[in-house]
Amino acid sequence: MKQLLILSGKGGTGKTTIASAFIKLADAKAYADCDVDAPNLHLITGWSVKPARTDYYGLPKADIDPELCIKCDQCRQNCRFDAISIDEKYKVDPFACEGCGVCEYVCPVEAITMKPAVAGELMLYSDGEKVFSTAQLKMGSGTSGMLVTEVKKQMKATAADAELAIIDGSPGIGCPVIASLSGVDMVLIVAEPSISGISDMERIINTAAKFGTKTAVCINKYDTNIENTEKIEEFCKKQALPFIGRIPFDSNAVKAINNGQTVVDIDCISGTAVKEVYHKTMNLLFEKGGG
Amino acid sequence: MRIAVLSGKGGTGKTLVSVNLAAAAKASTYIDCDVEEPNGHLFFKPEGVQVEEISVKIPKVDHELCNGCRKCVEFCNFNALAYIKNKLIVFDDVCHSCGGCILVCPESALTEKAKVIGKIKKGVSGEVAVWTGVLNTGEATGIPIIKKLLEESSEVNKQTFIDCPPGSACIVMESIKDADYCILVAEPTLFGVHNLNMVYELVKLFNRPYGVILNKCLEGENPAEKFCLEKNIKILGRIPFDNELGTLNSNAEIAVNKNEEYRELFSSLLNKVTKEVQHETTTNP
Repeated sequence: MKQLLILSGKGGTGKTTIASAFIKLADAKAYADCDVDAPNLHLITGWSVKPARTDYYGLPKADIDPELCIKCDQCRQNCRFDAISIDEKYKVDPFACEGCGVCEYVCPVEAITMKPAVAGELMLYSDGEKVFSTAQLKMGSGTSGMLVTEVKKQMKATAADAELAIIDGSPGIGCPVIASLSGVDMVLIVAEPSISGISDMERIINTAAKFGTKTAVCINKYDTNIENTEKIEEFCKKQALPFIGRIPFDSNAVKAINNGQTVVDIDCISGTAVKEVYHKTMNLLFEKGGG
Repeated sequence: MRIAVLSGKGGTGKTLVSVNLAAAAKASTYIDCDVEEPNGHLFFKPEGVQVEEISVKIPKVDHELCNGCRKCVEFCNFNALAYIKNKLIVFDDVCHSCGGCILVCPESALTEKAKVIGKIKKGVSGEVAVWTGVLNTGEATGIPIIKKLLEESSEVNKQTFIDCPPGSACIVMESIKDADYCILVAEPTLFGVHNLNMVYELVKLFNRPYGVILNKCLEGENPAEKFCLEKNIKILGRIPFDNELGTLNSNAEIAVNKNEEYRELFSSLLNKVTKEVQHETTTNP
């Protein structure tokens, strides 16, 4: 299975818009949404069947039994996450607790137990032919990297024979992005021609480079700032990164998305440009000796 | 007065709103908590920048003392330690700095060392103090940087605008935990509404007062506005979709400093927000 991951660094540059169009063009048999913080791909992939849902357990959370607690303060002093507070009784803040188990270890009277905690939900859509894996992290939860790994695992296990998998990534450069990078064959970066977009693009390119993943760049809404578009192309040339296309700003794209359609479902200028980017991406992804 | 600006979805205009509100407020502090992709400094171009490195503690092994008991490996819930080929190995990137391995080692073979994960930059742009958290590339979490930023800012007694990261995970929660008010920025798309709903749930969960700014408003139906009306969410104001604002923003220019019309727009938004915060502090002190 060749895996293509779509990233951007900056949010809102068009990852999901492009991922959904690629899925349509490739008639992809396997795809996933790794933006578990703010998943959106399910809104435009048009599944009528209900997904199989599984609770995702992150790390356990500490629980203090007030009957047993002797208020020795050891747990509070040793907690590095400021998760334990005193309010008549000793209490654990479940949002601050990272599940390390130090408090349980230092408690001299075994008043603390680590209890399993649901940190999100995995969803798997499958109709025997196509597989779509996605998830939603629980509000304020902390183990998004581990959930991303589960999303990919679920997709690969169910669609083992698929030749191509398209993965929609999350913004940023932190743990969910790093987790999504592991094992993919190529990253397509959707850049935006703004000063902010350029700064963010450089940081995500550096992150992908640390993992040695093959990376190509395209620009979305290129015509909103031609000068910055040229700067991005120049940057790619200097870094010897394949630059594979300009996609114009297109108000029809917003309309398509708001109707639950992809940009290649309708006849529009952004759809035409995305098709070209798609073909170039596939050539790079499947080129011999690559990956 | 601490105002957090968040959105769930990326690219809806968090930085646009927080930068311009801070600039309209003049004597204020702007804090960029989007440490993975900080952009506010590109707009403010602060001067006199002082840099402070931020580090976390990670375990260091004394291989002479380690007897291979693997107690630390068994203890670590983050799988940051492994005993391979008669040697204890630490995976820095997944270590959460809980200190558990040091506590459980019977041979005192583990100590802690500092590992730099990023930095905090503090500078000034006009009357605005600009604080930026920057996570080094390849590092998994910027939470220690955000904690430090907000801890230090709690001593500042000025209007403070906190530019949050996208999403609704731990990193956003950390950014809004001590905010007096939350501004949710929404864009009029199906995705925008879906993610607005998430941060709306988040601010309710943490019991923060909030209001919505509708960005990129076009003629016709606005799904984000519809959502606010249905849920009875206060709309603080509307920012139109217009090319001039888009161009200023994409060139990292501060709109209120460039155009009188935008100065008025953001000043009136600021007034609205200030009133809301004052109202909150009098009714829920």
